[in-house]
Amino acid sequence: MNSLKIIFDFDTWQEIFGSIAKNKTRTVITVIGVLWGIFIYITLSGAAKGLDNGFDQAFEDMAMNSMFIWPQRTSVPYKGFKVGRYPRFKISNVNELKKQIPEIQYIAPRNARGVFGGSEPASVVYKEISRSYNIYGDFSDYTKISTKKIYKGGRFINEEDQRNNRKVCVIGERTNEELFDEDEDPLGKYVRINNVFFQVIGVHKYLEGGGFETDGDIFIPFNTFRNIYNTGEDVDWFTIAAFDDADVVAVEKNVKDVLKKIHSIAPEDDRALGSFNIGELFNRISGFAKGMTFLSLIVGLATILAGVIGIGNILLISVKERTKELGVRRALGATPGEIRVQILLESVFLTIIAGVVGIILGAGVLAIINLATQKLSDFPYTNPTVPIPLIIGALSTMVVLGTLIGLIPAQRAVSIKPIDALREE
Amino acid sequence: MISIKDLHKSYKMGDNSLHVLKGIDLDIDEGELVAIMGSSGSGKSTLLNILGMLDLADEGKYILDNVLIEGLNETTAANYRNQFLGFVFQSFNLINYKNALENVALPLYYQGFGRKIRQTKALEYLEKVGLKDWATHLPSELSGGQKQRVAIARAMASQPKVLLADEPTGALDSKTSNEVMSLIQQINHEGKTILVVTHELDIAHMCKRIVTLKDGVIVEDQKVDQVIVESHV
Repeated sequence: MNSLKIIFDFDTWQEIFGSIAKNKTRTVITVIGVLWGIFIYITLSGAAKGLDNGFDQAFEDMAMNSMFIWPQRTSVPYKGFKVGRYPRFKISNVNELKKQIPEIQYIAPRNARGVFGGSEPASVVYKEISRSYNIYGDFSDYTKISTKKIYKGGRFINEEDQRNNRKVCVIGERTNEELFDEDEDPLGKYVRINNVFFQVIGVHKYLEGGGFETDGDIFIPFNTFRNIYNTGEDVDWFTIAAFDDADVVAVEKNVKDVLKKIHSIAPEDDRALGSFNIGELFNRISGFAKGMTFLSLIVGLATILAGVIGIGNILLISVKERTKELGVRRALGATPGEIRVQILLESVFLTIIAGVVGIILGAGVLAIINLATQKLSDFPYTNPTVPIPLIIGALSTMVVLGTLIGLIPAQRAVSIKPIDALREE
Repeated sequence: MISIKDLHKSYKMGDNSLHVLKGIDLDIDEGELVAIMGSSGSGKSTLLNILGMLDLADEGKYILDNVLIEGLNETTAANYRNQFLGFVFQSFNLINYKNALENVALPLYYQGFGRKIRQTKALEYLEKVGLKDWATHLPSELSGGQKQRVAIARAMASQPKVLLADEPTGALDSKTSNEVMSLIQQINHEGKTILVVTHELDIAHMCKRIVTLKDGVIVEDQKVDQVIVESHV
């Protein structure tokens, strides 16, 4: 009988079931070891994936490798300038930055009123209602860095608006509610902003996690903003998105270096420019998620290994207990190969059963966690899954380990001579 | 059927070597029923183990059914055992989680027979030993005599050339001993060659020939008038 035939032989399995079923308690305890391992592995890596997905979703409205940079107060005297100067970014910096730093994909200068201390928000009037809202002067590229969801067939500011200094605005969903009736379509309507009439071209949906932005913000073209507020060449801050493969930390440093040079800021002055690097933050968080995945892989594999060793251990004891039986089998004509295959298959069979049950239990727990966290919007946990290749990988690892560990008791079983086995009482 | 010449066997016990078989010559024809007698330590079990290919001789020739048995490794020995030999042990050695039928069918499994054939044959041999009705019983539900009869059925199921019985009645009372010996006589009567190792004289006299061993050599080899045991089965 060759070994392949043995594996597919119904009788072989009957022999294996016979000896496994003989000691049910031992079998169950053995199986639980590996089952626990694969269960831990599936649950942990699924949870890690869910966390990863959750973070992805939380950041989906921002370009992953974007940053904000704004001027602050200088703290180092430089080139004859005293400490405590407030540098001003200029619109011309955009071309300089693009020219010197090829990693920059988009750069959108922004001006705002009402956001930071000191400046007054815009007063917006529609019919007899008058309210104050923060107002931003924006380029159309801004939506490529920070996605704005626009309601009801509206749109964001485009390049035409920019070029023609159009008096158009995008209003927030709160602004929409406060100024317009519920059934009134704000698109195409005119509102008065600081006594200038603007046509509403879109309503943006407020997204959480956008920093200082609110659901009442009004966006108008950058050039229009400049004309109204007479800001000239000044820019409050830059939002910059680097290409996907760029190192955001390096890009941030380069941008600061270029800006320091332009604005005569001491190179060692770390306080003169403020920045918020979403890319770096995101990298740190996704690094955490990756670390979780890796950790769960290590922990899972280690637990599986411990379980499989447990199976080997139990089988070793079982072989010892069955010495006489195995001796009888050999006296009746079982070859060492047949005995070896039988013990090996017992090991592999137990491992597979344990693995499959563990996977099913793990998947069940993941489903329950998913159901329980679905309503929690502030908990970054979405769609915890374990990819099929990973599951197959885990299963085959277990079969390989089960076979390897089974070799020990199998070898032990045939290393005893039948005559000695028969003598054993 | 069996021919052995100048068989030697010694066991190493630490620094000492224990010479158990010191040159055994023995010829057994087909259809014989031979008792091998001797006190413990005489080497009779060692001889039986070598005949059963469970152990290897150090020196000498062993011819079984015109086949010279030599250069045995575990696998060829297993195949020879499976083809040529049936074993009956003193302690029955049934597999305790298999019922009588499955026990009898086990050597057929290792001979590579299909499931159906194994079942039919095993049942046939169980019927022969009078235990057809006990086919689905586990060994723990059988009496000693019944266990030994199942073991004999198992030994016969593979249709061996030679049946080797090591103290088959050693664990049985005299009544069941007689039953078992009656069965052995009956099988021998049908033409099977059988060797029985025993240290009981009355059991030996139920055979046709008694070979007596002492200190590793044959001291006596005589044909006897067989005491036929009445079958009580």
